[in-house]
Amino acid sequence: MSTLVSRPWIWSWLAAGGAFLLTMLLTDGRGAGELAYAALSFGAFAAIVGLGQMMVITLGPGNVDLSIPAVMTLSGTLALKAMGSVPGTELWGLGVAVAVGLGAGGANFALIYLLRLPPIIATLAASLVYQSVAIWSNRGLRVRPPEALADFATGRALGIPNVALVGLVLAVVIWVALERSIWGRWLLASGQNMRAARLAGVPVQMVRAVTYLAVSVLAAVAGYLLASFSGGASLNMGQEYLLMSIAVVVIGGTSIAGGNSNVPGVWGGALFMFLVVSMLNSYGFGAGVRLVLTGSIIIGIVIVASTRRARP
Amino acid sequence: MRRLFSKYRILLPLVSLALLLVATFYMQPRTMSYFGVNLLFNLAVPIALATIAQMCIMMVEDIDLSVGAFVSLAACVTATLLNDQPALGVAVLASLVAAYAVMGAVIHRLELPAIVVTLGMSFVWGGLALFILPTPGGASPGWLRSLMTSTPPMVPMAVVASVVIAAVAHLLIIRSGIGTVLRGVGGNARSVARAGWPVIRLKALAYGLAGLFGVLAGMALVGLTTSADANIALRYTLLSIAGVILGGGEFTGGKISPVGAVIGALTLTLAASFLSFLRLSPDWQIGAQGAILIIVLMARLLFTRRNTRDGGGI
Repeated sequence: MSTLVSRPWIWSWLAAGGAFLLTMLLTDGRGAGELAYAALSFGAFAAIVGLGQMMVITLGPGNVDLSIPAVMTLSGTLALKAMGSVPGTELWGLGVAVAVGLGAGGANFALIYLLRLPPIIATLAASLVYQSVAIWSNRGLRVRPPEALADFATGRALGIPNVALVGLVLAVVIWVALERSIWGRWLLASGQNMRAARLAGVPVQMVRAVTYLAVSVLAAVAGYLLASFSGGASLNMGQEYLLMSIAVVVIGGTSIAGGNSNVPGVWGGALFMFLVVSMLNSYGFGAGVRLVLTGSIIIGIVIVASTRRARP
Repeated sequence: MRRLFSKYRILLPLVSLALLLVATFYMQPRTMSYFGVNLLFNLAVPIALATIAQMCIMMVEDIDLSVGAFVSLAACVTATLLNDQPALGVAVLASLVAAYAVMGAVIHRLELPAIVVTLGMSFVWGGLALFILPTPGGASPGWLRSLMTSTPPMVPMAVVASVVIAAVAHLLIIRSGIGTVLRGVGGNARSVARAGWPVIRLKALAYGLAGLFGVLAGMALVGLTTSADANIALRYTLLSIAGVILGGGEFTGGKISPVGAVIGALTLTLAASFLSFLRLSPDWQIGAQGAILIIVLMARLLFTRRNTRDGGGI
């Protein structure tokens, strides 16, 4: 039990469970399955971008990717345009999305490495450019995803939403990469002390490059899925994921100081962020009160998680 | 040349602004007038104040993701409470400043990451703003409206206000004793503590100053727009970070420049006007703003090469 409590990710799952139970208390247990299903569907998008943001934050202080919303919008827009609602083009669309992710990630890292810009500023400035490209290519048109892709994005297998399955697979892949691969060790080492890692022979810049590519690819895939899920790309579809991606990482117990990532917590945080809003909704709070409570709860969790954790 | 620029860090932001201004005058000569300049820089005043607020936080090596939401809230309070019941309005605005100071103290005391706490607070400010003003509206207090739209002789109000903001912030943070100690907290908090300063109070002071400038930004904004809504200033969060960096500030070490921050805010505002004079398709306006940001920072790299081998880490 004490080992369980000391796990930083336990708090996000407890909070998500608490929000779930409080909602159920109101409805006397009706709609539990539906609520869980909705939380898994909507939480999946936050979890996918959160996993990327988690890896970037693990790189150490100052590493944050602010271009996630713009990359999501751009990849959703371009992928759906490329597919043009024609059946059988789903994989081609996914390819376009991944290419957008690789391009954006490469550009972000080029700004960070070649121009030595702080990542916050580099990704912020680059995101303005991506957003512009999305606006230019979108032209207010709403291209519908191919039928099969829309069915996949909104469908389920074994009672679990497909998008959540994608999110779970990605989480497992990233968890294995971080915990079991040499690259994951390098990432953690760079995040703990970049100078020491470099002196120990870790190819620090390569690790950073791969991380910035990975976060953009994850954001692009999330954008592709979200656009298919909601029947088309829109220019503000990524907006809420800027704060969301950072919030789920931190609620999940990943250290904001870097060098310490936490995959299960990201999913816990993503479920929590959805469940807390639906809980406050079902208790009939207005939009204002709901936001105040959401913010207070985020801060509360951060305080609990950071004071319970053993300080180095 | 390079030595000159690295010795006087304020030169580069100043030259960027001057170049952009010359280009704007060239594109659209009619802006070269009292009213033209006022129109160009009108909306820069609240952005400049918000940038100074962000700078106060970056001065102590933190970052504030709630500036936009906070300025929106201050604007909503100004357009409703301050207008209808001035005494209550002043009290609420003062308590907002106090709340910021408390936030700084809590962040320091519990060793919380500022980026996360301010992120959470941005929800709180946004919720309070919706609570006070559920639908866009409200009205600017008359005195504020006439102050913001007054026409001083010779020099437009926007320029006068910018100079006053820069001068006050410079005196407060660069020239005063307490300002130097505050920058010291960003440079090396431990040595400031060893020298006998209560760091928790200094952090509260820095955050309180940020809250004060944030409230002023909201008031200035309402004075210009005459009404408010809960999302009126959300983009200020990113603009203010960009403004501080454009003005020669850095994320670490308490290296900041109030005059530079005001110039950075003016440059960002002017960039938007300049791009619309270029008859650039509106699709590319935001993108071009990003490009201008990148170009100015590239110029800074060329002129003030720093010997940081970690490259980009802040």
